[in-house]
Amino acid sequence: MKYVDEYRDEASARRYLDALGRITTRPWYIMEICGGQTHTVVKAGIDRLIPENVQLVHGPGCPVCVTSLELIDKALAIARRPEVIFTSFGDMIRVPGSGADLLSVKAEGGDVRIVYSPLDAVKIAAANPDRQVVFFAVGFETTAPANAMSVVRARDLGLKNYSILSSQVLVPPAMEAILGAPGNLVQGFLAAGHVCAVMGYWEYGPIAEKYRIPVVVTGFEPLDLLQGITMAVAALEEGRHGVENQYSRAVTYEGNTRAQALIQQVFEVGDRKWRGIGEIPMSGLSLREEFAAFDAERRFQVEAITAEESAECIAGDILRGLKKPHECPAFGTRCTPDRPLGAPMVSAEGACAAYYQYGRTV
Amino acid sequence: MCLGVPGKILEMWDDPTGMTMGRVSFGGIVKEVCLATTPEAEVGQYVVVHVGFAISTIDEEEAERVFGYLEEMGELAELEIAEEGEAASA
Ligand code: SF4
Repeated sequence: MKYVDEYRDEASARRYLDALGRITTRPWYIMEICGGQTHTVVKAGIDRLIPENVQLVHGPGCPVCVTSLELIDKALAIARRPEVIFTSFGDMIRVPGSGADLLSVKAEGGDVRIVYSPLDAVKIAAANPDRQVVFFAVGFETTAPANAMSVVRARDLGLKNYSILSSQVLVPPAMEAILGAPGNLVQGFLAAGHVCAVMGYWEYGPIAEKYRIPVVVTGFEPLDLLQGITMAVAALEEGRHGVENQYSRAVTYEGNTRAQALIQQVFEVGDRKWRGIGEIPMSGLSLREEFAAFDAERRFQVEAITAEESAECIAGDILRGLKKPHECPAFGTRCTPDRPLGAPMVSAEGACAAYYQYGRTV
Repeated sequence: MCLGVPGKILEMWDDPTGMTMGRVSFGGIVKEVCLATTPEAEVGQYVVVHVGFAISTIDEEEAERVFGYLEEMGELAELEIAEEGEAASA
């Protein structure tokens, strides 16, 4: 496939590994934020091929993993209602809430449907005027334009039976939460290429400046990651900080300004709870007052639901890069993809699932 | 879920509400995609698509850079050595 296969070329990968070996003189901790990148890293074994001195720390960039337990419980309460068709991306279906998951609600007779796009959920709403259609709008800035568009479309089509349960989260506040936390190891970041395709990378300049770290906007194929790591290590070795763009084929400094305007139109920034991490100030998107009619939390009055997280799952440490999945006592025993205890074991982008799938136990 | 995938635009049209849509091929698998925020996109071009929504167009010239970066880096290293050499002899 064009723009995919050529970025998996082995000879080029070798050259990057050689170059990395030559320039690395000291230990460095670099975090890849995005779960999609974690998946590529573990699948291609990049973390094992690069010099031992360079440690890749896996970040919180899996929207499935960071959606709060509370919000999953709200989703379950809404999905159980007989008038509701609950729509969601496939990987949310098996994320455990306090008691159940969406799949078990479906087994009990709930109308839970997997969709590829929020725009498909709007189509379902248009085709079922006598039912309430709810979309579980999880995701980072990458997903926000599509989720916003679904709301605008529902409004333009005059639909009264469409609403979203928003679990939109933002990357820059999470980076600051990680860098500012006691015990932080991270010295450089690979920023998530597709988040930046939407948002550009102007937001990262102040963070790179404040914490004096390199931030490299990086793509998702093995060669992208190898180049991103090389750029980050080169900056660290030379004592440089600032933002660089590896993924220039898809990312510009300004980003997609139309998509940003669409997000602005529909959502406003507010505090949000991250599963395993806790509340991060100004790190989430909620519907603006103008679009309150499309807010499932208000429509179904589930605002009051709260939940306590399982004590055994150490997802919080994993999402902050303080521990690796195999250091969790439940990993691979009481927690597997078939019987996940925590969200990072569910999604293919979750660090625990990636480690399990590719047999990482040490 | 969060993966964006590059695909080639086969066809474009405006739907009844004025939203630009397209058929996009991902190595043979064809999907309907919303192109509302990538006005520069044209038939035949590649876009990065995420959950049925195009988030950016792929810049063909920039796409080659991953293969030239090491040379760029190598050249810079040589320049630096040259500069240091000059500084030492000055
Ligand atoms: S292995 Fe399971 S229990 Fe342990 S941190 Fe990962 S998801 Fe949580």
